Amino acid sequence: MNYTSRANNYPLYIRSVPTQNELKFHYTVHTSLDVVEEKISAVGKSLGDQRELYLGLLYPTEDYKVYGYVTNSKVKFVIVVDSSNTSLRDNEIRSMFRKLHNSFTDVMCNPFHNPGDQIQSKAFDGIVSGMMVQTG
Amino acid sequence: MDPESGVASAGSFIPLNEHEQRFYSGLHSLCQADTSGKLSSGKVAELFKASQLPPEALHRVTEVCGAKRLGYFGTPQFYVALKLLAAAQSGLPVHLESVTANLPLPRFAGLKNEPEMRYSTVPAGVDGAQGGAAPASVPWTPADRSAFRHLEASAEKKEPWSPPRSPSSSPPRSPLTYRSYTYSKQRNGADSQTAYESKHSSRPMVQLEQHSSPRNYGTKPSVEHPAMARASSSERLEQQGVDDYSDDDPWRITEEQLEYYTNQFKTLQPDLGALILGAIAKNFFTKSKLPIPELSHIWELSDVDRDGALTFSEFCTAFHLIVARKNGYPLPESLPPTLRPGYMQQEEDVPDTPESAEPLIVFEDAELRPGQMDRGVKERLQPSLAATKQDLKEEACKQDVAAMRVQTSQEKRTLQLGAFPERPEPPHDLDTQMRTKTRPRSYSSTSFEDAMKKAEEPPTPPPRPQKTHSRASSLDLNKLFQQGAPGVRSGWLPPPPALPPRPTASQEESSVKPDKQGPRSRFGRSTEDLTNASKQDVIGVSHSQAPQKPVRRKYHPDGQNLEAAPPPTVPFPTPAKSAQKLLSKQKREIQMAIRKNKETNAVLTRLNSELQQQLKVVHQERVTLESQVELLRPLAST
Repeated sequence: MNYTSRANNYPLYIRSVPTQNELKFHYTVHTSLDVVEEKISAVGKSLGDQRELYLGLLYPTEDYKVYGYVTNSKVKFVIVVDSSNTSLRDNEIRSMFRKLHNSFTDVMCNPFHNPGDQIQSKAFDGIVSGMMVQTG
Repeated sequence: MDPESGVASAGSFIPLNEHEQRFYSGLHSLCQADTSGKLSSGKVAELFKASQLPPEALHRVTEVCGAKRLGYFGTPQFYVALKLLAAAQSGLPVHLESVTANLPLPRFAGLKNEPEMRYSTVPAGVDGAQGGAAPASVPWTPADRSAFRHLEASAEKKEPWSPPRSPSSSPPRSPLTYRSYTYSKQRNGADSQTAYESKHSSRPMVQLEQHSSPRNYGTKPSVEHPAMARASSSERLEQQGVDDYSDDDPWRITEEQLEYYTNQFKTLQPDLGALILGAIAKNFFTKSKLPIPELSHIWELSDVDRDGALTFSEFCTAFHLIVARKNGYPLPESLPPTLRPGYMQQEEDVPDTPESAEPLIVFEDAELRPGQMDRGVKERLQPSLAATKQDLKEEACKQDVAAMRVQTSQEKRTLQLGAFPERPEPPHDLDTQMRTKTRPRSYSSTSFEDAMKKAEEPPTPPPRPQKTHSRASSLDLNKLFQQGAPGVRSGWLPPPPALPPRPTASQEESSVKPDKQGPRSRFGRSTEDLTNASKQDVIGVSHSQAPQKPVRRKYHPDGQNLEAAPPPTVPFPTPAKSAQKLLSKQKREIQMAIRKNKETNAVLTRLNSELQQQLKVVHQERVTLESQVELLRPLAST
């Protein structure tokens, strides 16, 4: 289970529950960016609402599924989930992305946070850990 | 030992500036160096523990400074260790590279030996102090002793607060800087810029970064002087006032601090009810020279409504956290209860409760309803209440209630200074759903106001359905006006003027089909024929329900017209009586009223749908009749 937000394709925040294999997650997330970009460009419309922001299952690989979500400011959220965790439904993933987006906007509202910096907010950390624990 | 130029350790030269040297040499002597230059490890360990760092960090420090290798703390290792401690306390990684940065002095808590040590070195240190500070330091010494006595008396509480312990004259200043800070704030209230400067310059030894950039805050000695002079003149006050302070929870904002924060707020934003934008606040708080991650954390703690701007309470909270942090208190993970914005507001509300009894008085009154409902509908976080006051006045009719309403709106304004969700939850728990739920309650801080708020929310639905069901509303208004005014209706004419904003909007919609206006009025009459008089009254009353609470309460679905007359007159004598009612009784009344309102709501909606059906049926009939007429007309002409 891994969460990343990336702006301009460098990671702002990356977090994984089983802390081993973190490098593998990095790699997965980076490769999934290609798929994300492809989807963004495919959409083409200037107005994207919430549904289009949620990119859905990017591609299922052998071990895990990758879900993507892009914000209006082109910040991408990527969630990597074990395929063994079949209990996660689409709605749950959507709600997770929504929560992520909300806490991300809270971080952005902080005037001391410069966009493009690594996200160091404890509140954000707390929310992400909560979500990861909740989903196992 | 080479104090002048620095410390050599592992081949790298780490420069120490003057104050660090003094501080470190003081600590060095504290650790009872024996003749060989080795420091007593027990004392060193004690010192390290006093730095309040986790044990792993301390191990790392000993490792990096080379003492582990040597097996003892030599002077260079000790100095490096102190530097590393300072680095660790500022949050930097324990590494040799971090010590090259400009660091504050390491903080040690509860070292009782130091005062005596400092006493002995004060005369020596005074000579070493800078010229401007030296004369000022002399008058401090008598004050110092009394301050130290007090310090030792409350050492447990004050442990982490005094950062620097350098043997120079600065430590005599430091215990007092915190307290003098509160008073110098008071003195400098008018002049925020110099106040902030004096706050920093009065703790010159605390933040060494300031030494490197004294030009930003004026020359240190010159600004210190007035600060010291002011503080020394107020130190008599301090001795009395300081007892109160030391008993307080450090997270509680004292009166002087509040006053100071208010003045600071005013310099940034003259209106106390307005918000400070994030960028402005950022510039302001950055002057405090706290590291950005800490400022970021403070912001997260204090901006409870997550709007990117600070209200007055949020600003006080943030400022207080910054003050506490600068005095060495670690930042809390969540907002302490005394700093929560609701806490501040509760103190303001207590004197307001007598006034707020009046809303319950006017609760029965018709005119306040639309005003309060409008307030309920509008966004709570409006910076200026003047606009809402204006709207209130527009909605109201000219009655004596206007005076009471002004009072309540004023009271609301004081409440809105905080405009926070009342529940004292840490900011993390406030996600969007909670935010939207708690925002409507931002006005209510007392329980009966909650009840009142709840009572307000049921009233709001009735007008809205009437807005959407435009035909029904216009139908009834036409009926009202067309049927002329028996005494009954005249009592209701004042309320309809309050409603026009809504029904006229609906009438505009219906005006799209002007041809139906006439038939509709005819149907109004025909619906009269179809339904009995009581139902019409229900429809008519449904409009006045919004402005007239007593009507609803006294009205039953099968009420008669006669009852309509007394209700408008009743509100006026009752305000005088209900002033003496108990709160609980009013609550019960409110709850009963809520229930009755809900029942009538249900009845009315059912009625509405029935009438709609009937209307459709009648329309159909009309259409068929018209077509028949058209068919017959050529026949008739011939």
